[in-house]
Amino acid sequence: MSSPVRAGPVHGAVRPGGGSLVLRRGAVSVVVRPRALAVGLVLLVLLLLTAAVSLSVGDFPVPLRELVQVLRGAGTGGQEFVVLDVRLPRVLCGLLVGAALGLAGALTQAVARNPLASPDVLGVTAGASAAAVAVIVLGAPLGVGLPVAALAGGLATAAVVFLLAARGGVAGVRLVLVGIGVTAVLQAVISYLLLRADVSQAGAALVWLTGSLSGRGWTQVLIAGVAVGGLLPPALLLTRPVAVLQFGDDTARGLGVRTARLRGAVVLLAVALAALASAAAGPIAFVALAAPQVALRLARTPGLPLTLSALVGALLVAVSDLLARRLLAPTDLPVGVVTAVLGAPFLLWLLARASGGGR
Amino acid sequence: MSRLRAQDLDLAYGGRAVVRGLSVDVPDFQVTVIVGANACGKSTLLRGLSRLLAPQAGRVLLDGRAIDAMRTRDVARTLGLLPQSPTAPEGLTVGDLVGRGRSPHQRWFAQWSESDEQAVVEALRRTGTEELAGRPVDELSGGQRQRVWIAMTLAQGTDLLLLDEPTTFLDLAHQVEVLDLVADLNARDGRTVVMVLHDLNQACRYADHLIAMRDGGVHAQGRPEEVITEQLVREVFGLEARVLPDPVTGTPMVLPLSTRQRRPQPPGLTG
Repeated sequence: MSSPVRAGPVHGAVRPGGGSLVLRRGAVSVVVRPRALAVGLVLLVLLLLTAAVSLSVGDFPVPLRELVQVLRGAGTGGQEFVVLDVRLPRVLCGLLVGAALGLAGALTQAVARNPLASPDVLGVTAGASAAAVAVIVLGAPLGVGLPVAALAGGLATAAVVFLLAARGGVAGVRLVLVGIGVTAVLQAVISYLLLRADVSQAGAALVWLTGSLSGRGWTQVLIAGVAVGGLLPPALLLTRPVAVLQFGDDTARGLGVRTARLRGAVVLLAVALAALASAAAGPIAFVALAAPQVALRLARTPGLPLTLSALVGALLVAVSDLLARRLLAPTDLPVGVVTAVLGAPFLLWLLARASGGGR
Repeated sequence: MSRLRAQDLDLAYGGRAVVRGLSVDVPDFQVTVIVGANACGKSTLLRGLSRLLAPQAGRVLLDGRAIDAMRTRDVARTLGLLPQSPTAPEGLTVGDLVGRGRSPHQRWFAQWSESDEQAVVEALRRTGTEELAGRPVDELSGGQRQRVWIAMTLAQGTDLLLLDEPTTFLDLAHQVEVLDLVADLNARDGRTVVMVLHDLNQACRYADHLIAMRDGGVHAQGRPEEVITEQLVREVFGLEARVLPDPVTGTPMVLPLSTRQRRPQPPGLTG
């Protein structure tokens, strides 16, 4: 219908995202955003580098060139113990927990249509924290381990928040207010438990409450691995409807999205991811909040990029834990201290740049 | 024959009945305009017709099928909807926004087909927004923004278009621009249009079929010339008015009477 003269320039301009490439073969077509792809590759390289350095440095340094040998099982006994049994689970746990938190944050922010939303609002981390502190201070009932208790606490609290807020729908202000209320109650419980704990218990509880990867083993790797391996694929299948959901409910429904069902599914995924991440490493601050916004600004995609949010989250936690281990070595800081110190100013800088520079 | 019909429709918000026992057939290939006083249920009716609001009783039929029983995606391929004051994520470009109109036609393995591209190019062209394709939506003027949203609805490629107060917050020139575009979409492309408008004179100019609502029901419907009388304006809006032929189009023109017909002239300025 359009004249050939006109079709030329318009043709390229209407492709999604301006600079995107469209690959087509028959009925199959895929949109590739070169910028997002490049950002993803750079993040992967940085992740590998950070992981390698993390495995290498420490009180017992293993030179980078010997690392490959050790990983293949050809190192000395001492090297294998330090790298494979101590550092590797910690590094993997950090990467997986960071990815889970970044993804949980992106899903929550997309559903809430609010860049300041995070799974914490739903009471997940407060519930996990209260359960974990209870186990630390009161001892484990029925031999339940700390991660299991934290996971159960997180999921149970989210369920309570949903039940109390059920009439307002999962996106409403009601949900946020109920979440804040339940979180406040749980904070009181945590304070009470800390007050009646002895000093060493209280110290351990505080480290857990900050979020720490210290001493994490293969159990925690498994928990975080279940989160990322089991929940990333279904989240990715929802990428396109979630992008439409960011237009608001009426428009999204007009465009054929079953909004209520989708919201429920997305919030459930975010809650499960955050609960599993908390169970593995405690409530690491700021990652779920900052990672999606950082990923969005790096990739300049039209909606929050889910995979890139996971990668940014993984990198944020991996770098933070490396710093946490080495900054005041031999003192091992909780990683949550570093994520907060690193993440907060970075996000503030991004926000200031976005509004000041007129985009 | 009407592709979109409501039968004995009851619609409610949070238990409060807004539309009661309403039946209406939307005439195909025509522009239908819904008018009425504030809170008479006109936007609610549009939400019911577009399946945004599930009926308490009665049903909406789309191509003879109950719209609630249809798949959301199938509805979205037949009926396009522009909600009142829609919002886009910050920084989204016009091209991306209009491209989203294709989502009911897309799958994860078919993300941008040639027909998607053609539909978007055509939607931008029809609304005169090709030059804006690379611009962020939040930088546009009100009139441009409304045209871009209409382009998104057009890209959806539906025969039926439902527009909820498409002229809200626009100045007069942009109101006319948007309404001319809507009229053109009906006249040249044969799309069936249903829209809610506040301005009675604009409704009379652009409607083939006018539905005047009062208290959640249809008070009168038909061609504007048949519907808009001084008595109807009194009954529907509670307003005394004269109805004269519009000197430009010949359609009814409503001139409200006021108890204070003109400002008192300051002394010394007469003549």
